[in-house]
Amino acid sequence: MKEYDIVVIGGGPAGLASALAAKENGIKDILILERDRELGGILNQCIHNGFGLHTFKEELTGPEYAARYIERVVDMKISYKLHTMVLDIRPDKVITAMNKEEGLFEIRTKAIILAMGCRERARGALNIPGYRPAGIFSAGTAQWLVNKEGYLPGREVVILGSGDIGLIMARRMTLEGAKVKVVAELMPYSGGLKRNIVQCLDDYGIPLKLAHTIIDIKGKKRLEGVTLAQVDENGKPVLGTEEEYSCDTLLLSVGLIPENELSGGMGVAMNPVTSGPFVNESLETNREGVFACGNVLHVHDLVDFVSEEAAVAGKNAAKYVKNQSENRVSAANSEEIVQDTKVCLKPVNGVRYTVPSTINPSRMEENQIVRFRVGAVYKNKTIGVYFDGEEVLKRKRMVMAPGEMEEVKLSKTMFLSHPNVQSITIQVEDV
Amino acid sequence: MYDVIIIGAGVSGAAAARELSRYRLKVCVLEKEEDVCCGTSKANSALVHSGYDAAHGSLMAKLNVAGSAMMEELSLELDFPYKRIGSLMVCTSNEDLPQLQTLYSRGIQNGVKGLSVITGKEEIREIEPNLADDVVAVLHAASAGIVCPFGLNIAMAENAAANGVEFFFDTKVERIFSNKKEQSGFQVKTSKGIFETRCIVNAAGVYADVFHNMVSNRKIHITARAGEYCLLDKSAGEHVNHTVFALPTKLGKGVLVSPTIHGNLLVGPTAVNIEDKEDTATTREGLTELIEKAGMSVRKLPIRQVITSFTGLRAHEDNHDFLIGELPDVPGFVDCAGIESPGLTASPAIGLMVADIIREKLQPEVNPDFNGRRTGILNPNTLSKEERAALIAAKPAYGNVICRCETVTEGEIIDAIRRPLGAKSLDGVKRRVRAGMGRCQAGFCSPRVMEILSRELGMDMKKVTKNGAGSELLLGTNKDRL
Repeated sequence: MKEYDIVVIGGGPAGLASALAAKENGIKDILILERDRELGGILNQCIHNGFGLHTFKEELTGPEYAARYIERVVDMKISYKLHTMVLDIRPDKVITAMNKEEGLFEIRTKAIILAMGCRERARGALNIPGYRPAGIFSAGTAQWLVNKEGYLPGREVVILGSGDIGLIMARRMTLEGAKVKVVAELMPYSGGLKRNIVQCLDDYGIPLKLAHTIIDIKGKKRLEGVTLAQVDENGKPVLGTEEEYSCDTLLLSVGLIPENELSGGMGVAMNPVTSGPFVNESLETNREGVFACGNVLHVHDLVDFVSEEAAVAGKNAAKYVKNQSENRVSAANSEEIVQDTKVCLKPVNGVRYTVPSTINPSRMEENQIVRFRVGAVYKNKTIGVYFDGEEVLKRKRMVMAPGEMEEVKLSKTMFLSHPNVQSITIQVEDV
Repeated sequence: MYDVIIIGAGVSGAAAARELSRYRLKVCVLEKEEDVCCGTSKANSALVHSGYDAAHGSLMAKLNVAGSAMMEELSLELDFPYKRIGSLMVCTSNEDLPQLQTLYSRGIQNGVKGLSVITGKEEIREIEPNLADDVVAVLHAASAGIVCPFGLNIAMAENAAANGVEFFFDTKVERIFSNKKEQSGFQVKTSKGIFETRCIVNAAGVYADVFHNMVSNRKIHITARAGEYCLLDKSAGEHVNHTVFALPTKLGKGVLVSPTIHGNLLVGPTAVNIEDKEDTATTREGLTELIEKAGMSVRKLPIRQVITSFTGLRAHEDNHDFLIGELPDVPGFVDCAGIESPGLTASPAIGLMVADIIREKLQPEVNPDFNGRRTGILNPNTLSKEERAALIAAKPAYGNVICRCETVTEGEIIDAIRRPLGAKSLDGVKRRVRAGMGRCQAGFCSPRVMEILSRELGMDMKKVTKNGAGSELLLGTNKDRL
């Protein structure tokens, strides 16, 4: 069986950045396993610009952003396999994978970085009644067809959900000659970034109907139309608000779900809020030596933050591998120390989750970024951070929305001044 | 001139076709859709019922028990997925115990084997831990099972085709004329021309009354009775080990919760009579009803794990029994009508019965070349690691995963397309190998399956359909009208 120091599952932005960081931190035997035909993941179909403003201080398209990482992966001679599907990961870190050339094969590794990304929520999960004709696509599928293959899935389009991919596709379909009639969003706020609302809808005069959903789908063979209705505060359609839209295409942009089937199979504990693994400050899961980053950990808005987070996972995976080989003889049970000093992060009052969910102060960097999302739209509020009830940080926010990821930075000094801290609370509060 | 024309390539038509292919007969199947298994046969509970439900003495009861007894052997002969998991009829109130006893007695009368009433919470919980807390008794039917409805239908049709039955798809029967001159035989006018035949088997599902009434003066009436279902992710597939039925009570009929042969969990159906025989739309009311009712017999149902919902149409005949037989006033016209639940279970027996009627009438010779065995599409997941490695080495397409959720390879999809009566559309591929049937519901794999269909069938991508003409998936190319 072939052995590696680190195997990265997924060659998208998270996988690439984590592999690079691991390599830069001295690990030689790294392998990236990618199921698609090329590295770069979903970026390859994101031909619009807006990527890299944080990382490179310039505006790149998705493929350009990916290319910067792919070139470095090639330059640094990190090995990768394409068209390779991972079928199973055993708790003892034996990976079963498959491709055309090598068939079914197993590899063993010291550390694993989970970077499988996410998938789009499908119609079935929404219980939208009606027929099941051709012409209903997830926004990402339509994006693949248009951007990668040059096909127009339809000419008269309604979009349900205001996730970023849906907004981006509203503009794309318009530019390619389709008529996008409306974007309907169940929630009273948009699920996407403000800049995408402005640049993809407002600029093209596409109406966004908040607190609306589709209550019927018409057309037996190909989609012929949908019925839109306003919803009340419980998400239930309001009688008498129905509007008919004729259309041949319905795009769904109703949420992304981390693809954690492999993680679950190897016993990685999952956070039901994010559908991603629980991780500590090193982005390590409850399974020692198994790290997670990018959209498989929690769904991000910006790839720049995926790259940043993935680099942390890669660096810590490298550290883990090096520690392991150093400690092999002495077998210092560092794990027990870690357990003893685990500080739990508690998201409350408007904060839905945090990544990481625990911090070991002795292992943290000078600054620890904690990322989270809020559960509703908040205006003129503050984010408060409390160490065992004592306020250590307050950050004012003009606007916070579920569609935009938030972060706070915890410094080592905060922990030094609270040596016995048990739990950290993060919450939304009035100014 | 055909000896027999079968109208409809659903499970009844396919079963009849296969049984008739045992004889030297010129047989064809006329199907209005683009594939087999496109109507009632594709959207149902996918169960092999034990047979205590149907009234004693009814044809339904007789063929149910007979079909159930045939299913295991048939699944081996025709290589389709079937598993005997047993069913539980759940009774949650002592008041309703007599009804449970009635079903038990009826089952015994119908000749159902392996029936037992289990009382005692402990014992019940042991065999099915997730039943509702207020369960007081269950009727256990050991012979009940689950089957892949597509697999069964497709396997019988493929085998019929391999034994000489012709299939015409996209061929809608419009009129049927009795040959008055010769006093026997029929002219069948279809959307693809006129067919002549000595006999007709009317296996047209919800349309069986239309064809019956075209030729006979004794009218029948078939109501399309819609049943909505929810399918849950495989992560919920082991929530129950048996098919769990709710005992009908004063409050109405409950819904069933069952594992499917592929490891998902199925919840349904509702029952609503509808006018439109094509109305397979789901409704808000129906889906809400399912979610409410499912919790009555099974606790902690992870209903948030729904990956899709669908509506099937039962062909409900007014007298609620199967109508199988030659029409007294139209010799040569054999009805196979009113085939609603337990029609899937009964289908092997229905095929036999129809074939017997035709055999008596036409007295054909036995087909000496008949081969009842069929090899299904190879599912690499059933192979050992070594076998799988060898398969990929020989055929690399089996190493290329197309559908990620269900781990379906290019090799399987190619097989589904190239075999007799092969898939021609996305849904055709889905029914044969499950590509697109998983939790992402074809988000990732549909463009890739479309590419394979386009390549294998030599058709332009824009001609690839979801389920036949009119359901094209791509309407143009970028900027083609700018």
